[in-house]
Amino acid sequence: MSAVAEMGGARVRSAASLARRDAWLRRLPLLPAFVYVILVTQIPFALTVYYSFFSWNLLKDNSFKFAGLANYSRLLTDESIRTAVLNTVVLTISVIAISVILGLAVASLLNSEVFGKGLMRTLMIAPFLIMPTAGALIWKDTLLNPLFGLLPYVLTPFGLGRVDWINQHPMAAVVTVEVWRWTPFMMLIILAGLQSQNPEVLEAAKVDGANAFQAFRRITLPLVRPFIELGALLGSLFVVQTFDSIFMLTYGGPGEDTTNIPFLLYLVAFQGFNIGQASAIGVVAVILTTIIATVALRTLFSIFQVEARR
Amino acid sequence: MSANAMRANARRGSFPTSKVLWTVVGWLVVFVFFFPVLWMWLEALKTEPQAASSPPTIFFVPTLAEFQEVMSGDFPPFFINSAIASLGSTFLVLVLGLPAAYALAIRPVKRTQDVLFFFISTRFLPFAASLVPLYLLARDLHLLDNIFALAAIYTTINLPLGVWLLRSFLLEIPHDLFEAARVDGAGFLTELVRIVIPLIAPGIAATSLICLIFTWNEFFYAVNFTSSTAATAPLFLVSFISGRGLFYAKLAAAATLASLPVLLAGWIAQKQLIRGLTMGAVK
Repeated sequence: MSAVAEMGGARVRSAASLARRDAWLRRLPLLPAFVYVILVTQIPFALTVYYSFFSWNLLKDNSFKFAGLANYSRLLTDESIRTAVLNTVVLTISVIAISVILGLAVASLLNSEVFGKGLMRTLMIAPFLIMPTAGALIWKDTLLNPLFGLLPYVLTPFGLGRVDWINQHPMAAVVTVEVWRWTPFMMLIILAGLQSQNPEVLEAAKVDGANAFQAFRRITLPLVRPFIELGALLGSLFVVQTFDSIFMLTYGGPGEDTTNIPFLLYLVAFQGFNIGQASAIGVVAVILTTIIATVALRTLFSIFQVEARR
Repeated sequence: MSANAMRANARRGSFPTSKVLWTVVGWLVVFVFFFPVLWMWLEALKTEPQAASSPPTIFFVPTLAEFQEVMSGDFPPFFINSAIASLGSTFLVLVLGLPAAYALAIRPVKRTQDVLFFFISTRFLPFAASLVPLYLLARDLHLLDNIFALAAIYTTINLPLGVWLLRSFLLEIPHDLFEAARVDGAGFLTELVRIVIPLIAPGIAATSLICLIFTWNEFFYAVNFTSSTAATAPLFLVSFISGRGLFYAKLAAAATLASLPVLLAGWIAQKQLIRGLTMGAVK
């Protein structure tokens, strides 16, 4: 009797341990990637938070001192940080707004009955693929240069011949180059949305007497809206981090006119070696990005669910 | 334009005017966007005086002299460093990401959604989050200006993307195939090597190309973590900023060569590009 019970107990235990073994076997393939990501992103981030409470300049020996919230209070009072936050917001919002509108227009063109769609799309994505540093240099030296650039030459009849775009309108120049780069990105995502549309619905609307604008507003736009949102959110996560084109075009200047948060971080950390202050900027950047990313991820998941329901 | 009208047009053998109009408008827009790339190529094929002339030179006899100049000069080491960093990190992404994607797609663990969410959230962590500690660590370990350290950092940029993309490709494989393999007694590694990898080879290729696109063009970490021996292609272009004298043709040739791998990869992977850019959400 007791022997049977013992055997039963052993069987139960081995079933439980098998289940546990199975659960671990399922998790095992995840571990290398998981550990890697934690080691290279999460632990450094924890250190960034830690450093942000210290005053520490790499150029001064023994300068590592606890500073409490001093780095953060300086964030609130420092003029250049406020400028950088403002520049980041202006840059991100204008680039995203303009490239979404242009991207929607180009995507609509490529989704209509035109000749050479494939080639148009291929050429259209080129600005997104060109190395950003290379693209910025080409714009700066061969297109916008007031003496030898093509654009001032073309604009001479309009009285804009000798405008030094980079120095006189630095933010507009950066926005232009970034819009050039991000419009193809928006176009690709919105085009995918347009192509998922059932053309028969539009036909039916036309039969019912809707004009092209009404059909676009009432039928197409609601359908591609999640795609526009996704493009705008993913795009802003990238554009918030704009560094390459600012470095190449304006180096944050003139003055601080085009210094955004990433560029300021670069200046504080690698030109000023002010580790504590740079860390505080990093923490604020993370908070700002997390807000955008949370919304972006929600959109991403809602699209996944729509795809899954199909 | 209704289907009937189109058919009627086809019968009459004439082009619908709206189609012609939109085609012209479309090509104009595409021309404007593609023009800087075209101009870069044209400038690269000019001589220096032609490239920096006012008014701009439109008609000229193309020459490859500047390409030769760049290739025979100090550019190749930068190019090779870029290749090591991107290919090395792409390889690591596949080695780490494939098992993880497999676990998340085929044998889901309890909190699969949370794990996915965690991976993707690290993709959106700005570089500001980990830059300073990574820099200090690299400095203390004497890994600054080391191309393999740069490749290790690039791996974290692409690993979340790799996991999500590979998972989205794995989900498309019929589940029966794995069940059959498991009945045959195949272990995890056998299953991975003999079934998973051959089946999602196109997905692996697409993922690699997307990873290449993101790492080859990377500049922020490259400029802060490397200086000379490990400097990558984007850093070669920085030397043109200071611009003593005018080297527009050389600049354009270098920019063309530096951009070439990603341009080709992107054009080849065009169909997968949207998928890669949206973490597999949009196909």
